[in-house]
Amino acid sequence: MTKRQITMKHFLSAAALALGLLVGGVPAHAEGEGGLLKSGADVRDQASLQRGARLFFNYCVGCHSLKYVRYSRIAEDLGLSEQEVMQNLNFTGARFDDPVISHMPAESAGKWFGKAPPDLSLEVSAKSSDWVYTYLNSFYLDPHSPIGWNNTALPNAAMPFPLWELQGLQTAVMKPGTDEVEKLELSKPGKLTPAQFQQATRDLTSFLEYASEPAALQRHHYGIWVLLFLAFFTLLAAMLKKEYWKDVH
Amino acid sequence: MANEVVDHGRRRFLTATTAVVGGIGIVSAAVPFIKSWEPSARAKAAGAPVTQSLKKIESGQQLIVGWRSLPVFIVNRTPAQLAALPQQAPRLVDPKSDGSSAAQQPKYAQNETRSIKPEWLVMVGICTHLGCVPNYVGEMKPEPFDPNWQGGYYCPCHHSRYDMAGRVYQGVPAPKNMEIPPYNFIDDTTIQIGVDPKGAA
Amino acid sequence: MANVFTSIGDWVNERAPNLAPTYRKHMTEYYAPKNFNLWYYFGSLALVVLINQIVTGIFLTMNYNPSAAGAFDSVQYIMRDVEWGWLIRYMHSTGASLFFVVVFLHMFRGIMYGSYKKPRELVWLLGMLIFLVLMAEAFMGYVLPWGNMSFWGAKVIVSLFGTIPVIGGTLVEWIMGDFLPADATLNRFFALHVIALPIVLLLLVVLHLAALHEVGSNNPDGVEIKKGPKGNRWDALKPTDGIPFHPYYTVKDLVGVGFFLLIAAFIIFFAPTFGGWFLEHDNSIMANNLVTPAEIKPVWYFTPFYAIVRMIPSFAGTAVWGVLAMFGAIAVLFLLPWFDRGQVKSIRYRGTGYKVALGVFVIAFLGLGSVGAGITAEVIPEWFGNVDLTTWENAFGRLMTLLYFGFFAFLWAYTHFGWEKTKPVPDRVTMHD
Repeated sequence: MTKRQITMKHFLSAAALALGLLVGGVPAHAEGEGGLLKSGADVRDQASLQRGARLFFNYCVGCHSLKYVRYSRIAEDLGLSEQEVMQNLNFTGARFDDPVISHMPAESAGKWFGKAPPDLSLEVSAKSSDWVYTYLNSFYLDPHSPIGWNNTALPNAAMPFPLWELQGLQTAVMKPGTDEVEKLELSKPGKLTPAQFQQATRDLTSFLEYASEPAALQRHHYGIWVLLFLAFFTLLAAMLKKEYWKDVH
Repeated sequence: MANEVVDHGRRRFLTATTAVVGGIGIVSAAVPFIKSWEPSARAKAAGAPVTQSLKKIESGQQLIVGWRSLPVFIVNRTPAQLAALPQQAPRLVDPKSDGSSAAQQPKYAQNETRSIKPEWLVMVGICTHLGCVPNYVGEMKPEPFDPNWQGGYYCPCHHSRYDMAGRVYQGVPAPKNMEIPPYNFIDDTTIQIGVDPKGAA
Repeated sequence: MANVFTSIGDWVNERAPNLAPTYRKHMTEYYAPKNFNLWYYFGSLALVVLINQIVTGIFLTMNYNPSAAGAFDSVQYIMRDVEWGWLIRYMHSTGASLFFVVVFLHMFRGIMYGSYKKPRELVWLLGMLIFLVLMAEAFMGYVLPWGNMSFWGAKVIVSLFGTIPVIGGTLVEWIMGDFLPADATLNRFFALHVIALPIVLLLLVVLHLAALHEVGSNNPDGVEIKKGPKGNRWDALKPTDGIPFHPYYTVKDLVGVGFFLLIAAFIIFFAPTFGGWFLEHDNSIMANNLVTPAEIKPVWYFTPFYAIVRMIPSFAGTAVWGVLAMFGAIAVLFLLPWFDRGQVKSIRYRGTGYKVALGVFVIAFLGLGSVGAGITAEVIPEWFGNVDLTTWENAFGRLMTLLYFGFFAFLWAYTHFGWEKTKPVPDRVTMHD
């Protein structure tokens, strides 16, 4: 190896490092930022998805739709039967093939909350699973808010907290002399212990992550076989190249 | 030429193996693209069973409902129309629907009226020739295309004719009887198109 | 069976006698230097990505709906309801980003080994035209999903033309066909993205390759193999240091394609959004002309050029300077063969000044990219605490802009005034394993 090549190699690795930093390093680092909690959501955990779906259809679908997600797809992907989905999750009388549309009329929602509750089909894609998880854990009672609730992840969110029976009631401890929230305290326990509630919100986040991209399940399923096949093909191609290049000196 | 020996056998073997594996890869990669042409989840949802009340269909009337984007004819046949059916046999291609048209209806509709209940005809209204929608000509009176018309269907595209059970007449372009979709009676006056009756396969 | 093929072959030959010679000219009798290294994979890889984009793009048009009301929904329809639609879309979106990865590396290879120099200036110019069309193609494709970033990206990029004095405002409305990006904009971008620009792109690629095969490929030593000794094991008259493109480089490129597909497949199946770099979070929200995303930034491959716009202040009552500088950044690349007066092609034998300058150029390009992508806005407060971000960012960005353009100025002076001390270039290509 000549001296020139060493310089070249150094130069290239520096460039690659810079490129790597540019492309890969920073976003990962950025996601842990902004005081977000780690959701630990995993769309490959089917039991978690099932529990999350149950929570969604018991507490969320009253106001929020998943307009891109069909009940039949949920059944297929979450390993549930048509009967289970229609009896335990579908409370709106929609058909099995229909998308999940909330019963709440948009006008009255706008009147009650100031704005219509958003569709949640792409919520995790638009934010992140960490954000959703943090949001679900950051509600607190706020006497100054018109709806009685506030949220440290999304201040002045126009949303009452539907899971309060499970979590209990959180109140804010202010930084002395400011109106900044220092931390949240559980002032009245709910039906679940804090650990159970975290698991429940993790399940719900997993379900919403799944709803954002149902194809994720297929991706993980097929991806590994595609990679193995391509590795095998590349190996063969490398052997072929080596054989032909015996001619080249 | 070359001084060194080329192992042609190995070279051919590797070329062939790489080509075959690469070919398998290309064919496998083509599968998702081909499958993307299949009816999508939305199309399938739109093709879900259709429930239709029969209460408002008078005797001799036809109602057309959409199922899987296809027109489905629902006819309340009159006793006269029903009585005329057996007489058509000599003029039909496959009167018992057990020959060329054996696959044109579910087993439970493979009878002379091609239906579950004699008066109710439920049929996919697509001409078996080239896919036009035949006109319902229910009145039993001489027609320009048939002086001995006993009611039935007349296709405007290429003049194929069918009787009141959707059975095709001889001497017209259409080869088969029109298709009967799977359907069942939920109750006396409601049918569901797209689902077989319970117990029937 | 063999007879059938022979007679079909004869039949074709009789009617198109130039077909077989053309194939031989570009494949089995195209002699490429035998010393290509890793950097020489990216040309064929760009072709692979182009084919991928065309095939997946055709299938996407089958379910995409180019209307402001339906575009966003139709993308979700493809992702969820169309069988395997998600794979086709991810192949297309990942392909778009990898296209730029591959093309940037391909261009860098050309710069590094002096492939733009005589006699290959035409190859370089055609390549730069491809790059220009590719950027237009990518921008319009980026608008089509009609997410909120698509919408605001379209608005900002089109507004660049609004800085042109006098005609700017009219021009912007003419481009959009409305006063905001709307149905008309989406429809014309769709037409350009799926038909017009791909045709131009394909034509340019053919010309790029034809021009290359007229003069022959350069190589990491920057030595002209046609000027070297003649005669090799395949042909007594062809360059000794050349080898037939087929089969030697076809099988070699196949290995490159295999590795590349491994990386591409990993992204497609396990990280299709690539942490928000290939598919952005804000594009999961439908276009909304009332709500601007918190931080508007272009997709990563435009960030270096976009940063230049941001770094140039407006003066004399117009903001056109930033836009001119951005187009200038591309224009100087076109003119690279004339900025560089040096006789030595390859970086291997060029002076230290050139190597340093090229390294600085790469740093400037990446630095501008990090400004455009908002990385500096994130990193500066973290590294330097509570400082005036705008001042710091502008200082950094302007330095990088200066270095970017400075590379070309330096290169001209360095070579024109004979400051460069080159190393002796060997007569023949060298092989390193």
